[in-house]
Amino acid sequence: MNNWRVKGKGRINTNKTVSFTFDGTAYKGYEGDTVASALLANGVHLMGRSFKYHRPRGPVTAGSEEPNALIGTSRAGQGQFEPNTKATTQEIYQGLITTSQNKWPSLNFDIGEINDRLYRLFAAGFYYKTFMWPKSFWDKLYEPVIRATAGLGKAPSHDDPDTYASRYLHTDLLIVGAGPAGLAAALTAMKSGADVVLVDENPELGGSLLFENATTLNDQACDEWLAKAVAELAAAPNVRVLTRATAIGYYHENMVGVAEKLTDHLTRVPDGAPRERMWRIRAKEVILAQGAIERPLVFGNNDRPGVLMASAAQTYLNRFGVKVGDCAAVVTTHDSAWFAAFDLADAGVKIPVIVDLRQDASQDLQRGAAERGIAVRLGHTVATVKGRKRASGITICEVNAGSQSDAVSSIACDTVLMSGGWTPSLHLFSHTKGSLIWDEENEVFLPGEKTERCHIAGAGRGLWGQQQAFDDGKHAALEALSALGQSATPNAVNVRGDRTGTGVVMEELPGAGGGSAPRAFVDFQNDVCAKDIRLAVREGMRSIEHVKRFTTTGMATDQGKLSNMNGLKIAAKQLECPVPAVGLTTFRPPYTPTTFGSFAGYHKGELFEVTRKTNIDSWAEENAAVFESVSLWRRARYFPKVGEDMDAAVLRECRQTRASVGMFDASTLGKIEVVGPDAAEFMNRIYTNPWSKLAPGRCRYGLMLGEDGFIRDDGVIGRISQDRFHVTTTTGGAARVLTMMEHFLQTEWPELDVWLTSTTEQWSTIALNGPNARKVLEPFVTDADLSAEAFPHMALKECLVAGFEARVFRVSFTGELGFEVNVPAEHGRALWELLHEEGQKHGLCVYGTEAMHVMRAEKGYIIVGQETDGTVTPADAGLTWAIGKKKPDFVGKRSLSRPDMLQADRKQLIGLLTEDPNTVLEEGAQIVEVGDTAIPAKMLGHVTSSYWSSALNRSIALALVEGGHHRDGGAVDIPMPGKTHRANVTGTVFYDPEGERLNM
Amino acid sequence: MLLIRCPYCAETLPELEFEYSGEAHIARPQNPSDEPDDQWKDYLFIRSNVRGEHAEQWRHTHGCGRYFNALRNTVSDKFITTYPMGETRPDINCAGEEKNEQLAR
Repeated sequence: MNNWRVKGKGRINTNKTVSFTFDGTAYKGYEGDTVASALLANGVHLMGRSFKYHRPRGPVTAGSEEPNALIGTSRAGQGQFEPNTKATTQEIYQGLITTSQNKWPSLNFDIGEINDRLYRLFAAGFYYKTFMWPKSFWDKLYEPVIRATAGLGKAPSHDDPDTYASRYLHTDLLIVGAGPAGLAAALTAMKSGADVVLVDENPELGGSLLFENATTLNDQACDEWLAKAVAELAAAPNVRVLTRATAIGYYHENMVGVAEKLTDHLTRVPDGAPRERMWRIRAKEVILAQGAIERPLVFGNNDRPGVLMASAAQTYLNRFGVKVGDCAAVVTTHDSAWFAAFDLADAGVKIPVIVDLRQDASQDLQRGAAERGIAVRLGHTVATVKGRKRASGITICEVNAGSQSDAVSSIACDTVLMSGGWTPSLHLFSHTKGSLIWDEENEVFLPGEKTERCHIAGAGRGLWGQQQAFDDGKHAALEALSALGQSATPNAVNVRGDRTGTGVVMEELPGAGGGSAPRAFVDFQNDVCAKDIRLAVREGMRSIEHVKRFTTTGMATDQGKLSNMNGLKIAAKQLECPVPAVGLTTFRPPYTPTTFGSFAGYHKGELFEVTRKTNIDSWAEENAAVFESVSLWRRARYFPKVGEDMDAAVLRECRQTRASVGMFDASTLGKIEVVGPDAAEFMNRIYTNPWSKLAPGRCRYGLMLGEDGFIRDDGVIGRISQDRFHVTTTTGGAARVLTMMEHFLQTEWPELDVWLTSTTEQWSTIALNGPNARKVLEPFVTDADLSAEAFPHMALKECLVAGFEARVFRVSFTGELGFEVNVPAEHGRALWELLHEEGQKHGLCVYGTEAMHVMRAEKGYIIVGQETDGTVTPADAGLTWAIGKKKPDFVGKRSLSRPDMLQADRKQLIGLLTEDPNTVLEEGAQIVEVGDTAIPAKMLGHVTSSYWSSALNRSIALALVEGGHHRDGGAVDIPMPGKTHRANVTGTVFYDPEGERLNM
Repeated sequence: MLLIRCPYCAETLPELEFEYSGEAHIARPQNPSDEPDDQWKDYLFIRSNVRGEHAEQWRHTHGCGRYFNALRNTVSDKFITTYPMGETRPDINCAGEEKNEQLAR
């Protein structure tokens, strides 16, 4: 095992062996390895198949920008599988299970690779163009086939059993990235009085110091200096260091989201430990020290396993003690790859050639190569890579060769290191809408105008070499501290042996063109080639945003971290315009893929949203209620007896209520106390009805409109005293109604002396309905006369009920004699039980919301939100009687006379009785003219409520229908699956139209 | 997440505590019944929809519960100032000129 390990190199713990599996095969690595470094140490480069062509792929980077080496990871437990994990960042632990993706039947032999041979069929835009026709093929053929073969990885099949934490943090200074610049900033800020947070996505601090470690820092070896710096920061009381913590998004006012991985590297996860924690960090100042990402070069077969970024090879060597191959050819346009070659050569890797596209390289570099016996080809380029599952050689030619075939020579190798220069990592800065400025000389985008209080330090603003990064980090810290009114002695770091360098930026390499040439990949993960981008431009895409969507370049999970600049350069060249004119696509959060769990945090399961329960809810639960959700409330829908289904239970509840008495928990009704000398005037303006003459001790149905004249809410409102109203609202509308009242009171009528208080949860409300309702209530009321004469319909009394201070309303939502008893919320269940016991003498039944709905529909009482949908006026709903005609104004009054509100063909509320009394229509069913069988038929409206009525022993329905009020006595058709039903149009009151039962 | 200063609480607090409530300084006509259809339509539906500084109402719902007015830049999203209900719109930038540039700080 581990034949590619280099003794004495790397920061892994070689005393601790770790085993894990990849596609069922057990491998060994060391503590500190990633899956990628451990597999490479075992000589495994082939780690996955690409998305579209299923080409064999291996890791191309050693970090979070990895596009290729995506794997599934899992623990033994169910639901802990995660697709698309980057092998280059997943640390190994004992027992880790990993699998490759996008292959069938196996990674080594994959049927889908046929796509690679058929690539001419799969050019950019292929799906858009090919699967347009015939239309009917889409559902049955194209979509299922495409879905079966497409996709990255497999979705998890079980619920995620892990927990996720979240936390807010306020700090003076947040530093993102702990490379040389970030460390210098933190070490300087550490010496001030400021609170500092330093975050880095890696398990350890250091950034590029972890692989570019040949330098001497303040006369200490790089590793030694780093260890001390890390210890100093850990000991500083004003510095909090978060590792494995990715700053995923930079939001308004210096809020940065940081996703911290807590257990994905642990063999044994402590009980109850969260898997990840989402930090919402609000910082007064932010320093972005995210560094730069090395760019690939675009040449033929540049995606073969064994082709890596030069810095990745350097990282595998210096951080993990792994040589990525035995013989590595280097192709570059930047000095940095030379240093990578030198490091590898010094570790015993054969470097057959350094191919540099530039015509010249510094004497120092050439001397370094000569000392190590490395052949150098300046002014040359790579035409293609040989080998399929692993690179086996390259062909090179002169950059300026008129015809590439003239000068081609082959060089054998098992690894190719490439470097196309470095792209400053400005993702987070772009989240802030900070502008980017094109640096013509170095051909990079650099940070421009800022929108937030942030500072960019180091390679992020194009500075190169450790000395510059350390200095810049220090300066950024001093700047940030000064903005905070703080100061500190700057922490200076002197670098010896710094490897500074320059480079040029290429689009695709000169040898990579031509129709028959091998494909040169720009976006590895989405299989986008240079020729796809040129095709996009030829087909008329001009903006980079269009090119992106047409080719999908930059749309993969790596968000174009490697591909964006190359794609942009190729598009710009094809368009013959400068890069900034083509534009850059927008970076959006998150910086790297983030689990849904960490966004959700604690908000899952029962904590996803609150469940509001009344004081009586526990009784319903104990008595086998079936519940339903009504806004956030949990309400008892019906109370089935043994053997009853919903229909049977509801039928019984309705029948018994109308025959004797039923009891209902109405506590969820919204309640608002409107109090003050101007309370009546306020009510006059908010509700359509007149309130001035309503006497204390009386109540009235109130209708509320929006300023647009449409029904917003309704409810019974009682006048407690001259200056006090007890307002009830719909269950779901309580908050909206109070908000609307407050809005008018505070912004339009501040002169009114009125106070509004939500009292929904102060009262338990028990509704008693039915001819025997009075008999059940009377024994508990000693200080008031409940007789029909003393306490008529629509009256209210404040009295004691079973010793509890109560507001008793004589109202009804069923059409029967009814009382609604309000007592302080905490006494709800006690009173409920007393009434329930007393009621047994009269055959009292408890009913739920379903029976309530049926009984109110029998009476034609509307439910706002069911009979109305925000476009229904009082006239449409047949409620003009509720409008105070003499009032000069109320909210919505003026709108009622707008021309459209007076049209005769508005949708109006009607009753429907089906010709077949046994047919219960579907709620929501469309309504058409009688005999209209045209397709499509003109739709006149829809059924809003539909029930089996026990009182009428037949079905009933309410509906909104065009010109409905003029259709009384006529008929309409209701087409439903299998049959068209005919129904007669009637009034909306089906039961006791004279209202005699209300006045018993 | 934006930070908003409630002029009544005199504290700068996270956006979560607040609710947007539409464009500010659109007064309800004194006598709506006297309004011609056209003007009433404008009052109901027509809003300025500016690119730049927008005067709007907010409510400190999960705090003092009071409505106040704010000037906010619709390009950068950021609040420029907030002021109590009833005060006139502050003249902070050149009158009537849109400020579309990102707010440099």
